[in-house]
Amino acid sequence: MAMAREIEFREALREAMSEEMRSDPRVFLLGEEVAEYHGAYKVSKGMLEEFGPRRVIDTPISESGFAGMGIGATMLGLRPIVEFMSWSFSLVAADQIMNNAPKILYMSGGQFGCPIVFRGNDGAGGQLGSTHSWCVESLYANVPGLKMIIPSDPHDAKGLLKSAIRDENPVFCLESERLLSIKGDVPEEEYVIPIGEAVIRRSGTDCTLVGFGRTVYFCEQAAEELAKEGIECEILDMRSIRPLDLDAIITSVRKTNYCVVVDQSWSFASIGSEVAAEVHKACFDDLDNHVHRVHSDDVPAPYSHDLEQEMLPHARKICEAVRSATYNA
Amino acid sequence: MEEWNPLRWMTRGTMSTTTTTNLKAHEVPIPGLDVLKGWLLDMLRIREFEVRAMQAYQNKLAGGFLHVYNGQEAVAVGCIAAMRHTDPVITAYRDHGHALARGLDPKIGFAELFGRIDGCAKGKGGSMHFFDRDNHMFGGHGIVGAQCPLGTGLAFATKYTDEVINGGKSESVTACFLGDGALNQGSVHEAMNLAAIYDLPIIFCVENNRYAMGTAIDRCTASGDQITNRAMAFDMEARTIRGMDVIEVYREMTEIVEWVRGESRPFFLDIDTYRFKGHSMSDPRKYRTHEEEVEFEANDPIDKLSRYLTSSKLMTEEDIKAMSKSVRSEIREAVAWAKQSPVPDVSELHHDVYADSWGPFTGTSLPRYMLKEQTGEGGDGDGA
Repeated sequence: MAMAREIEFREALREAMSEEMRSDPRVFLLGEEVAEYHGAYKVSKGMLEEFGPRRVIDTPISESGFAGMGIGATMLGLRPIVEFMSWSFSLVAADQIMNNAPKILYMSGGQFGCPIVFRGNDGAGGQLGSTHSWCVESLYANVPGLKMIIPSDPHDAKGLLKSAIRDENPVFCLESERLLSIKGDVPEEEYVIPIGEAVIRRSGTDCTLVGFGRTVYFCEQAAEELAKEGIECEILDMRSIRPLDLDAIITSVRKTNYCVVVDQSWSFASIGSEVAAEVHKACFDDLDNHVHRVHSDDVPAPYSHDLEQEMLPHARKICEAVRSATYNA
Repeated sequence: MEEWNPLRWMTRGTMSTTTTTNLKAHEVPIPGLDVLKGWLLDMLRIREFEVRAMQAYQNKLAGGFLHVYNGQEAVAVGCIAAMRHTDPVITAYRDHGHALARGLDPKIGFAELFGRIDGCAKGKGGSMHFFDRDNHMFGGHGIVGAQCPLGTGLAFATKYTDEVINGGKSESVTACFLGDGALNQGSVHEAMNLAAIYDLPIIFCVENNRYAMGTAIDRCTASGDQITNRAMAFDMEARTIRGMDVIEVYREMTEIVEWVRGESRPFFLDIDTYRFKGHSMSDPRKYRTHEEEVEFEANDPIDKLSRYLTSSKLMTEEDIKAMSKSVRSEIREAVAWAKQSPVPDVSELHHDVYADSWGPFTGTSLPRYMLKEQTGEGGDGDGA
């Protein structure tokens, strides 16, 4: 058995990219500061030395241009990884990543697929203000033709990103700046994690908590607190947003009869509302209360530290939602 | 407001080069009769295709938006004739001419316009999205300028494949067509900058038909009378050529393609042309005068090549009439064939969304005409 080792989330992402680039010359990385700067968040540190400037490519600050360039390259069989320094900046490339990447297969009647990965930081960092704190999942997951992953720990980050790079469709990989330095066990040996499969982070019988990426940690904090009150939560780490592992949620809700969705994006027309709608449809007779939702507050992300922390879908809000949902249990 | 000068392109001179190159367009030999006949056939076919497409649109056989290419035929035919068949071509939504010049069978084009299963995109793309992989035609793109980053990606991919994967020398040249209206899109500037800093073998072929939809170039484009200025900002070679003479387009493009292939550098080509019809079918053309249209129609690229062929005694007027007649009949049959093609089954709705099957999605497959070609039918079309 291989030695278990602890590595950082960013190292796991780097290993996924490097391993896939070693085994497939069609894979390359491009983005702002990925090469000589070693990555704005040090995700691609050292990759320039190994792969050289032809495969680890610094781009100008032209998100629309380089995202589109990556998409165009897929039409001739290449498999780019495009790093957005932040998903907030991907809005500048919205036409390319929403109009071209996910639709080219359909618009060309099956002639051209688009095997590309877009990845970068999503959600609030630390006091970055409104323009730099976007949670893009609800915006982009609305578009058919793309897949979306949102890993919460180093193990999943590596396995999911490897799957994403091998996938024949455009995959949006949402990372969190707040998680890049966390460490976790990652096996030495090769592995992949299929896109679209959730995992149970904590077993419980009283209420299902559905989390995505960073919110899984908020769910864990809340579950600790609630356990003291005798409420045992089951935490599902969805890991993928599209496809969404609805079966995993349904199985859990049939056991607990209560469900709280914790989604870092805004509540209106969101991942959280989508999950709620699907769970209401699939588990109508199993639910003892309607699905409760915890989101970021419906305001632009503030700069001030305390306000920003309060805006997030944090443990206190989750506890309140679980108590409210399960009051009749 | 300055009075519009419809013959301004005549007075602008035959060529303006922002930087000196060793290109010698006038030394490119004029091809032999067979090739010239092929070009005439291609241009007639495009014109007739568009005439029938407009008719079909009026008859509600085709829906959506229809942007026809009448008047600009020499651009697509001349440029594409100067390229290798494997060199990628990409354009915007006025795309029928490029697809046909690349060898798309007109009947497949009509089937797409009519939203039928035998279309190049199974009726899912429509007029603005003609793709034809086997003929290295990469669309057909609906958002103004958005094809330019994609075209830059095509050039990046050929160079990467040739040099990084295969360890050889960059061999392909990408032609990325755009209209003059696209010059004011940020994505075009970003694409040009990327092409310049990465030394990509791409030609930005600006089909300068003087109007961004209905807005004249001098009303919306700074230094619109000399758009090659924009290339200078990217340290890119540039040239203005006349686009109504297919032989001239071919000779200029031949040299430029050779230069781009040899140097692996981008090039900005300003091609002076004119859109005989409106922007789309709903365009009353109130922004330009009838006199102006008449002036330009006198420079019809098809007449120009026809006159060259007859005055050089290469073809007689009867030969050309016979060719026109045969094209009319071919296109009429193509329309009839496309009308017979079935509309896509509703199961197509969830097909080609993802490459794999999950949930309601049923994977993907190539369009029918490509499967037929793989069994030996079809071919390169009859371009140059």
